[in-house]
Amino acid sequence: MTAVEMRRPSVYERDLDASAVLRMSEAQATHIGDDENDDRVIMNMGPSHPSTHGVLRLMLEMDGETVLRSKPVVGYLHTGMEKTGEELSYVQGCTNVTRMDYAAPLFSELAFSLTTESLLGVEVPPRATWIRMLLCELNRITSHLLFMATNGMDLGAVSMMIYGWREREEGLRLLEKITGLRMNHNFIRPGGVAADLPDGWVEDVIGFIDLLPPRLEEYDTLMTGQPIWRERLQGVGTITPDEAIALSATGPLLRSAGVPWDLRRDTPYLAYDQVEFDVVVGTYGDSFDRYAIRLNEIRESIRIIEQCVDKMPVGDYRVQDRKVTPPPRARLDESMEALIHHFKIFTEGFQVPAGEAYTAVESPRGELGCFIVSDGGPKPYRMRIRPPSYINLQTLAHLMHGRLIADAVAIISSVDPIMGEVDR
Amino acid sequence: MSDTPDPAASDDAAAEPVAAGTPTRHGAFVGTEQGDGIEVLHAGADTLIQVVTALRDEGYGMLLDLTAVDYLTFAAPRSLPPEIEAGRFEVVIHLLSHRDRTRLRIKVQVDSADPVVPSLFDLYPGSENMEREVFDMFGIRFAQHPDMTRILMPEDWVGHPLRKDYAVGRIPVQFKAGAEQ
Repeated sequence: MTAVEMRRPSVYERDLDASAVLRMSEAQATHIGDDENDDRVIMNMGPSHPSTHGVLRLMLEMDGETVLRSKPVVGYLHTGMEKTGEELSYVQGCTNVTRMDYAAPLFSELAFSLTTESLLGVEVPPRATWIRMLLCELNRITSHLLFMATNGMDLGAVSMMIYGWREREEGLRLLEKITGLRMNHNFIRPGGVAADLPDGWVEDVIGFIDLLPPRLEEYDTLMTGQPIWRERLQGVGTITPDEAIALSATGPLLRSAGVPWDLRRDTPYLAYDQVEFDVVVGTYGDSFDRYAIRLNEIRESIRIIEQCVDKMPVGDYRVQDRKVTPPPRARLDESMEALIHHFKIFTEGFQVPAGEAYTAVESPRGELGCFIVSDGGPKPYRMRIRPPSYINLQTLAHLMHGRLIADAVAIISSVDPIMGEVDR
Repeated sequence: MSDTPDPAASDDAAAEPVAAGTPTRHGAFVGTEQGDGIEVLHAGADTLIQVVTALRDEGYGMLLDLTAVDYLTFAAPRSLPPEIEAGRFEVVIHLLSHRDRTRLRIKVQVDSADPVVPSLFDLYPGSENMEREVFDMFGIRFAQHPDMTRILMPEDWVGHPLRKDYAVGRIPVQFKAGAEQ
């Protein structure tokens, strides 16, 4: 099914329950339940609660064990990263954005780099593109494994937490070998990637993706077919396609509702139009579908990685445009000009022509967009990241409305927000 | 901010194929396309709802992103159609059409004296938190928004951090400042 046949039934006749969102300040909320006959209470969940994935606080209006309205309170991790982005040059920019979604840092780097390259008008060499794709899919796997672990833990499948962490660690070890760091890699940069793949990368990557399928089978045995697991997730936190689109939801959340929308296929970037993979789509829009989508996206990522290994072109790993790329290390010892050039790029940075660009990539959480306005200087005039977690979080109140408090935990988990990206 | 567009603006909108001047679409001026291949439309605060409603009916079903830019210290010339008067702020809206697989950018100039833009909440409920963020960071208010409060900064914060006259690193760490008093 293509996106064209996908939907014409309008978003305009959507039936969003306006009473799901608690729109009031804490001071106002304290008066809820003041009346003797009013059984409602306001309950705070978080910010330090193991199942809120970081520092998310939920103000829940409860009637007994039922959630009526709710409001996610965010901002605890806000450090003004978009403001910081205006103070850093394009060379330094990736070190900033990589700290947003710390579970999938390579995607923010990619979005930032693609946008900068679009402004510069440079085209990166094919090898750089394929290395980026390989790394992003590895990162998608580690990010989804993190989801598997935390989702399992939130629902009481504590061994799943250990298994998820175990496999993710293998992935991080591989990423460390390639990029030098387990997280916050700063490896994808405007103009290409920071270094070529290390010796023996093929064996390492193959070793990792050979290890996974049997483990994923284990997850299936442990969770997918298991009645308690299904009971906890099926039909919990349902969302319709109209609601998801109206609330600007993207990623697995949107696909769980049955909307086959994946930027890798629908607006291909990098070389995704040259690899084969399937877009995993749900039917019921419930927490189980979101779990199953992520589990199967790991399998699709493995397919993409296999093709990356097969088709990895030879050549430069970064663009040979001296304006953007510093001269090679070896040249610094023999050439004064190369030394000055190197120094200039890392102190002043390079100038980017005035203009603006928006580029989006499919992160494990949805459409991660980067919008940069340049005034011709070496720093972005305005750097905006469209954070999928932040925007997906708007669906929480609607997903939890009328459900039990115990389901709230499953629902937060299934939306898979990363608070570093929500608050930025 | 009145709900009915002022007569001058609707005259512009009615004269769809303008003889001379910038071409329009649904009453918004078509801007210069930038390198990313996204179509740009310039709407006024008074015509925004009309423009976005028409685009939504045309198939732009999702509001992707809503943000703002403060052009206070912008060094380069702005690329605006001559009919649009530059404001200090610019609200930037990205729409997505799943059917056509295209994105579209709408820009609204906002004056610093009275920074108000109509809220898109009734058209796209997903705009709620993005508009709250723009209010928080830039101090641009969205008329008819159901909950125009800060979202990332504390409720009692003074100032709007992403404005260009709001310096980096001028703010003492909040908790220490509180302890000294």
